[in-house]
Amino acid sequence: MLETISFKLNNKPVQVRTDPKRMLLWVLRTDLHQTGTKFGCGEAYCGACTVLVEGVAVRSCFTRVSRVRNKEVTTIEGLAQDGKLHPVQQAFVDHDALQCGFCTPGMILTAVALLKDNPHPTREEIIAGMNDNFCRCAAHTRIVDAIQEAAAKMKGNA
Amino acid sequence: MNPQDYLLLDFQDIHSLPEPAPDDPTLPALPECSPDSQPGPGTGLRRRDFLGRLGGGIIIFVSLTDLVRAAQEQRPRGRGRRGRGGTPSDFNAFLHIAGDGHVTCFTGKIEMGQGPITSLPQMLADELDAPLASVDIVMGDTARCPWDMGTFGSMTTRFFGPLLRAAAAEARSVLLELASESLKVPPSQLVASEGVIWDREDKSRRVTYGQLTKGRRIQKRLQGRPTLKTPDDFKIVGKPLLRRDSPDKVTGKAQYSGDIRLPGMLYASILRPPAHGAQLKSVDTNPCEQVEGARVVREGDLIAVLHELPDVAKATLEKVKTEWNVPKPTVDDKTIFDHLLKAAPQGRTVAQGGDLEEGEKAAAKQVDSSYLNSYVAHAPMETHTALAHLENGRMTVWASTQNPFGAQREIAGAIGFPPENVRVITPFVGGGFGGKTQNSQAVEAARLAKAVGKPVQVCRTREEEFFLDTFRPAAIVRIKSGIDGQGKIVFWDYDVAFAGERGAVQFYSIPNHRTTARPSGWTSDAHPFATGAWRAPGNNTNTFARESHIDMMAAAAGIDPIEFRLKNLTDAKMIRVLKTAADRFGWTSAKSPSKRGYGVACGIDSGTWVAAIAEVAVDAKSGRVQVKRVVAAQDMGLVINPEGARIQMEGCITMGLGYALSEEVHFQGGKILDTNFDTYELPLFSWLPNIETALIDSKEPPQGGGEPAIVVMGAVVANAIHDATGARLFQLPMTPERLQAAIAKLPA
Ligand code: FES
Ligand code: FES
Repeated sequence: MLETISFKLNNKPVQVRTDPKRMLLWVLRTDLHQTGTKFGCGEAYCGACTVLVEGVAVRSCFTRVSRVRNKEVTTIEGLAQDGKLHPVQQAFVDHDALQCGFCTPGMILTAVALLKDNPHPTREEIIAGMNDNFCRCAAHTRIVDAIQEAAAKMKGNA
Repeated sequence: MNPQDYLLLDFQDIHSLPEPAPDDPTLPALPECSPDSQPGPGTGLRRRDFLGRLGGGIIIFVSLTDLVRAAQEQRPRGRGRRGRGGTPSDFNAFLHIAGDGHVTCFTGKIEMGQGPITSLPQMLADELDAPLASVDIVMGDTARCPWDMGTFGSMTTRFFGPLLRAAAAEARSVLLELASESLKVPPSQLVASEGVIWDREDKSRRVTYGQLTKGRRIQKRLQGRPTLKTPDDFKIVGKPLLRRDSPDKVTGKAQYSGDIRLPGMLYASILRPPAHGAQLKSVDTNPCEQVEGARVVREGDLIAVLHELPDVAKATLEKVKTEWNVPKPTVDDKTIFDHLLKAAPQGRTVAQGGDLEEGEKAAAKQVDSSYLNSYVAHAPMETHTALAHLENGRMTVWASTQNPFGAQREIAGAIGFPPENVRVITPFVGGGFGGKTQNSQAVEAARLAKAVGKPVQVCRTREEEFFLDTFRPAAIVRIKSGIDGQGKIVFWDYDVAFAGERGAVQFYSIPNHRTTARPSGWTSDAHPFATGAWRAPGNNTNTFARESHIDMMAAAAGIDPIEFRLKNLTDAKMIRVLKTAADRFGWTSAKSPSKRGYGVACGIDSGTWVAAIAEVAVDAKSGRVQVKRVVAAQDMGLVINPEGARIQMEGCITMGLGYALSEEVHFQGGKILDTNFDTYELPLFSWLPNIETALIDSKEPPQGGGEPAIVVMGAVVANAIHDATGARLFQLPMTPERLQAAIAKLPA
């Protein structure tokens, strides 16, 4: 049953030998010790486990590891480049767009994918695009503000 | 710090504290929301052990007695507040200035999003005249921090704050004395700022805190109360300041309990009953044996599957065959209120004045009604998680908990260790809201780690999180009241069952009144499952009932609801927050229902006065409510970090939409029907109103900010719905079905 699966994680090639049916979330967190990706519900409701696969936001708790074979996976640990925060990360810091921070990695990666698809979203489009990510601390207002500012700063350079 | 570093700390020097002094009868009683019915013995460190470990520098420690005294002296007078504090221990806060000028404070409080990781160093730096960047904080580690009762009840700023400031003020005066010796200048001629002390007359004669501290070893217990700065002297407090933990939280570096990795660790999946009260008839774990690496552990009532991969542990547990005796359900989420009315415990009169009979006679109109609210879950995004590691007879547990010292005691009891051999470390906590004062996951992890001799992680699934939660209790409020011909409230008879007294006492000026509070029943078996403290416990229920009822009376009197409130208020703080909110909102007078969809509500919680006004749009056909705008004004005394305070208000308002509109636990007897977020609906981005917050400028002692603004959300939405439609909802949450039903009952 075990297979060797290779993919790129945060720009580095990785290989895991595991059951291909396992969910990416657990492979990332356990096998690869990348714990920035969070478990919130395990059934694709909350978005805490969001990662980017080829730039698209996916719920890693509901994505089999076999699906990322030879693909490019980005987790929250890989978003900052050369020690510089991604504009969305920076905007979350500048707007205090978090409290406990547990939803934050999923929020940021969802927002990064959203801005890639739609570099100049309206406030309503941001709200619609983020609607399936849950934040129990209710930092919603500031998350929307942060994404709006990040969009303005990125000027379309997703 | 990484986990290995934590473990390097030697357990050898941990001993139990001397027996705490017997409770001082003059001290306020433990708050009702205490996670423990009795304050256990402190099991923190002995002073000398702790001091020894820190090495050189200046150490100031402060005792709880000082804390309580400080709290009592600083507590403002007024209504609606109860005594708090009263925990045992020898000392409760430390502050250490190292030889390089670096300042560290140690606290048993924890960071779960509410922000003390930023606000406590801010207070400390200001009082000490040290640069904020030089101040660090160590939180929630039972081996490094002094005993603490737990992080709840909005007490961190109010009661821990003064203590920490006192320690800082004492440290500052020690530094000034040292500088006076070294510079040969009387202390009165010295100026301290940003970690440097200089001679007022000759600025070149200066010395840094680091230089003064280096090579010394000064330990001081604070005696008496040092003079604290007045708000006018603050340079850092009162200024907006961004969270200090954000950089780690946006990069995935921040570690929560589930993120700690130890060599050889195993992940546990624990067998749970299908319903509370179910008895295990038979269990067959044989099918698990085919799974490589899976290990079944039976330890008393605990049956768990352990594996080095958490998902495999879970899948393996699903192979276990069980038979249960499930008791026949006698109540469900619909019939629960009848049951609770019968089971309601004896009440206590918590406020009384005038003569109710006289009041009834004076009433031109009487308004009576009852208010209900359902069970509500805490549902933090991080489920209860813990990692336990047994080494050399000592148990270390990383736990998502709101009370690490309570967890330490529970774990010690469960595994038969003396508390001093149990260390609880609290990494970042992914939300608590009261639910993480319950620590069963930490106890389970420790029991399993002890059973298998390897580190074991327990991380609840979302289904377990709902099943094992201590829900906010369903509650019932009954109010009888009357107004005279001029719109003055002449009597008020209030009876609350299962929410307790927090927020029960009304603050209007009513000549004849009585408030009866029956307990929340957290520890009774009236509820079919466990209940407990939920953000601002009791007050959400009480404020929903009181402020809905005030609106009913305003409507009966034919008076605008804000005018009606002002007519019946003499409390200057409440009048001020209400007027501030009304001004900001742009309120114009109209009696309800005005069809505008405007609502108002006032409340007091944790020493903070709050008023909110909302605008809603109601789709009468679907019964859906969109809250479009919320303006909230708050008087919370001196505001330590205005940015932090606003964030907490916004969080309260947004989170409060959940219990107002959708959140309710569905159940049949002890079976919890909600297993995930499909049926248990949290507030979403698309619900987001425009939120405007106003903080009243005040120099009074700082009050709680993490809870107050949530208490008004039920009533402010209910009143706005009534204003929009004429329909009055008496039960939370105000779901589309309930609203449709209420609208259908309106006269055509
Ligand atoms: S954990 Fe994957 S969506 Fe919630
Ligand atoms: S910040 Fe706590 S869940 Fe979003």
